[in-house]
Amino acid sequence: MQFDWMKIPYSLLTLFIVVNYGFLLGALIQKMGARAGRRYGIPIWQNYVDMLKNYSMRSSITHGAMFYLGPVFRLSGGVGLLLFVPTIYGSYMFSNLSFAGDLILALYFVFFGTLGMALGAGESGHPHAAIGITRGLSQVSTAELPFALAVFSVALQYQTLSVTDIVAAQQGGMMNWTLFTNPLAVAAAMLAFLGTMMRPPFDVVVAPQEIPIGPPTEYHSSYLAMMQTNRAIFPIAKIVIYMNLFFGGADSWPVFFFKVFLIYLWSAFVGVVFPRFRVEQSIRWFLIWAVPLGILSIVLV
Amino acid sequence: MKEELKIRVVKGPDGVEFEVEPLRDYYCEAAPTVMPGAYIKIVEDMFNWARSESIWILGFGTGCGAIEMRPLMTPRFDAYRYGVQWRPTPRQANLFVISGYLSTKTLKRAIRAYEQMQSPKYVIGLGSCTINGGMYWDSYNTIKRLDDYLPVDLYIAGCMPRPEALLAGFMDMKKLIRAGRGEGANLYAENFEWYKANQKRVIHDWDMPDYNW
Ligand code: SF4
Repeated sequence: MQFDWMKIPYSLLTLFIVVNYGFLLGALIQKMGARAGRRYGIPIWQNYVDMLKNYSMRSSITHGAMFYLGPVFRLSGGVGLLLFVPTIYGSYMFSNLSFAGDLILALYFVFFGTLGMALGAGESGHPHAAIGITRGLSQVSTAELPFALAVFSVALQYQTLSVTDIVAAQQGGMMNWTLFTNPLAVAAAMLAFLGTMMRPPFDVVVAPQEIPIGPPTEYHSSYLAMMQTNRAIFPIAKIVIYMNLFFGGADSWPVFFFKVFLIYLWSAFVGVVFPRFRVEQSIRWFLIWAVPLGILSIVLV
Repeated sequence: MKEELKIRVVKGPDGVEFEVEPLRDYYCEAAPTVMPGAYIKIVEDMFNWARSESIWILGFGTGCGAIEMRPLMTPRFDAYRYGVQWRPTPRQANLFVISGYLSTKTLKRAIRAYEQMQSPKYVIGLGSCTINGGMYWDSYNTIKRLDDYLPVDLYIAGCMPRPEALLAGFMDMKKLIRAGRGEGANLYAENFEWYKANQKRVIHDWDMPDYNW
């Protein structure tokens, strides 16, 4: 296959747009959460200031090589996820580095950041970080399960492992979306989506008062800033996959912004309504409600 | 000294016996150093602006004044709209609010938490107790002047100050930081010996390293 060098600056442009959109959207969603609690909420540019502040800290200490690599892995997980799926369908500029079979790679990248974080935070040696990681890994693993089932169901349905082809198959009207052609898979995946967004009711991993913010408890200064950058990229990248697989993709940036916003809103909406689950409750919840849906969707396909 | 901090002999998994001295082996002994700001003034000014607009507070309530911090997170006062947020861990916090009297026992924890924060870091003394002992001026068990033990940037007077006073204090703190006067961490590093001598005078069971990185 001929590699097209022009794709690199284009991908960087995508990355740039997504980072900024992620920062603004994150703040917007936080503001909505605050409004639901009748607060005014943070200013919309707060995330930028926080990040600049963290990069400007004068001192930072380390706990070893893995401690450095943790945020790097996490960031590369987010960036990798974004770059290997087509952001805008049918656009040469924003199709990024996608190729046939990228679905499996994307599935891997979803988990990659979590693993890197686990290694890095483990090296920090803080007991609260260790507790957070055990919770995080067990919860994310069970949440991944229905998502993986849904993805296989979709791959079976369209007989392809290429995200681009899946999007292509959904073009031509809303009724062609997976949402309507395979509703069970979408339902399972959307339940799984809640579990990986680290919002209530599934945010016991980063419980701020109980285990001071869990895995990143030892991270500070530029490490933390890096993780904040990832917090902007990763949810968007994940939502892009969801959008491509289940909601017909997007063929222009406005459609993209709108769909991503709506999918993000789903987790925020559930988040302000429901209180927090404990880990064993959330695992049970995923196994009882989400996994059977996923299996059923595969069986029906 | 506590049992787990004493020197002891440990047998490794490979059968070799070696001596462990927890205070020296588990902690870094280096003293804090003065850390200059960015070399170019305009960059440092921009950083200071960012620091002032993103104040992360270490939520550590020591005295009765702590109760005045909670309303700031609620709809009525909502400090978040000013870029003031609470962080659960000292590593990520910039501003340490000592909320009222400090018993010598708590002082030890406060010092540890302060030293774990990353520079530049700021301290606000909340309530009269932090200024001169307040109504505990003759107590055997609390410290009188917080400034002797930690470099205080700003006091908010009152017993106890209202949440509005705290908000006003945060606004003043922002002005200080923006003017480049929030250099408490460097002050602490410069006068390290003096602070340590003061701290050790009141803390009798000193069983931690001299600086908690
Ligand atoms: S200043 Fe007053 S309210 Fe504050 S800690 Fe002291 S006694 Fe309590």
